[in-house]
Amino acid sequence: MNIYADNAATTKMSCSAIQAMTKCMENYYGNPSSLYGVGQDAKVALENAREQIAQVLNCNPKEIYFTSGGSEADNQAIRTAAYLGARKGKKHIISTAFEHHAVLHTLMKLEKEGFEITLLDVHHDGIVTAEQVSSAIREDTALVTIMYANNEIGTIQPIAEIGKLCRKCGVLFHTDAVQAIGHIPVDVTKDHIDMLSLSAHKFHGPKGVGLLYARKGIMLTNLIEGGAQERGKRAGTENVPGIVGMAVALKEAASNLDNYRRRLIPLRDRLIQGLRQIEYSELNGDPVHRLPGTVNFCFEGIEGESLLLLLDDMGIQASSGSACTSGSLDPSHVLLAIGRPHEVAHGSLRLSLDGEITEEEIDYLIQSVKSVVERLRNMSPFWRDLVTGKRSHVFRQFQ
Amino acid sequence: MALYSEKVMEHFRNPRNVGTIENADGIGEAGNPVCGDIMKIYLKIEDERITDVKFETFGCGSAIASSSMATELIMGQPLKEALKLTNKAVTEALDGLPAHKLHCSVLAEEAIKLAVKDYYDKNGISYDPTEFPADHDCEKCGVH
Repeated sequence: MNIYADNAATTKMSCSAIQAMTKCMENYYGNPSSLYGVGQDAKVALENAREQIAQVLNCNPKEIYFTSGGSEADNQAIRTAAYLGARKGKKHIISTAFEHHAVLHTLMKLEKEGFEITLLDVHHDGIVTAEQVSSAIREDTALVTIMYANNEIGTIQPIAEIGKLCRKCGVLFHTDAVQAIGHIPVDVTKDHIDMLSLSAHKFHGPKGVGLLYARKGIMLTNLIEGGAQERGKRAGTENVPGIVGMAVALKEAASNLDNYRRRLIPLRDRLIQGLRQIEYSELNGDPVHRLPGTVNFCFEGIEGESLLLLLDDMGIQASSGSACTSGSLDPSHVLLAIGRPHEVAHGSLRLSLDGEITEEEIDYLIQSVKSVVERLRNMSPFWRDLVTGKRSHVFRQFQ
Repeated sequence: MALYSEKVMEHFRNPRNVGTIENADGIGEAGNPVCGDIMKIYLKIEDERITDVKFETFGCGSAIASSSMATELIMGQPLKEALKLTNKAVTEALDGLPAHKLHCSVLAEEAIKLAVKDYYDKNGISYDPTEFPADHDCEKCGVH
């Protein structure tokens, strides 16, 4: 059996998106900025894609700026709000401790440039509240940027509430919705979102393409200077096939959204229930307010990378927040932000499912993880110390 | 995965000498749970020669493979030879490790030396303490 369970990292491309892209590359190879037929054909394909995407997000097509992906969109949104704020003497930005590095690293840079950053606590359940945002907002707050759903643990934030609050307070609100779009309903108008980032490859679209939604009236700061593409706000010849593929994948995901959630959530919960039977393990993040396909666990006494390697041998592709897999000395900042101690965070496993997964495959996942955890615990001196009481457990025997 | 050599993966999948030794003559432990790896070496020693060795490891693929390879390299060796085992020798025997994983082979070397030191301590055998690693102090390593 082979189960790709790392859909939060990236997804397999949709066949209809591939077909649309191939057709686009074969037929609309012109430069959308050229005036002759084949260029204008590409322009039409580009603008059709923009319109389709705008419909899904419930915004005006002119509010969409295509980018190279989520990271670029995050960078541009945050820089834009920071510079708009700075002009009015507002140099305070609110975010959370468990944002994606595209957000956190941009904020750290801005801190060095003289901005003040408040990172809100995300609690044990991995959810920030609108009340926290409300208490953190000051006269000089230029931006609130909070992710729609967390990429590692999958918890969904109360974005509509926070959006409403920010709108009322007159503070710009950006959300990194990379993990949410195509997986849960997102409506920029209803949610009072000023800026939103998304990335196509997280919903079965192509890699290297995404967009920034910026509400009408927000003067974007360019990250890339050059030609007049994207209303002068993002220079460079547009990735037409990528954008067309993104639109097709997004439309497909949106039209299938209800089915996808109805089908996947019970399977996700079956996986959670199954993994909870492993003693001294815990689900990371709120069990209910989470993405339909994302499950993240910590297992005491083992290390995540060896867990992944053994699962890979069993045909299961997954990811972990251990230091060894992050390439740094510290485990995942997300797991630390929800209060997991280092030694537990090293033993984490993220399984992110796709909509096609079957009950049989879920049971195979549960059985495989159980056997691999047991195998690694049997050779772990750390686990032996926990069992013999030389060190104390962090978790209860069963959650 | 191409992250590791075939040799590393082979030792990781089929680690040699896993387990513990009851009434071991020397036990050495290196690393700690906060850093994400612990290696524990158990030695059986007769006439200053290692007659049996077992290990337990909490850690990543290269940590498990390093422990496994290190136990193979010292099995049956006189203590003096085992003490000469370097992390470089472990790494070479594994056909190399990625740069950020080299510390795993250091842990293997340390755990073995600490196990021999434990044996010397238990039996009142004198030694030069500078030849042995100090107990690892995470507070002082400055990482966390």
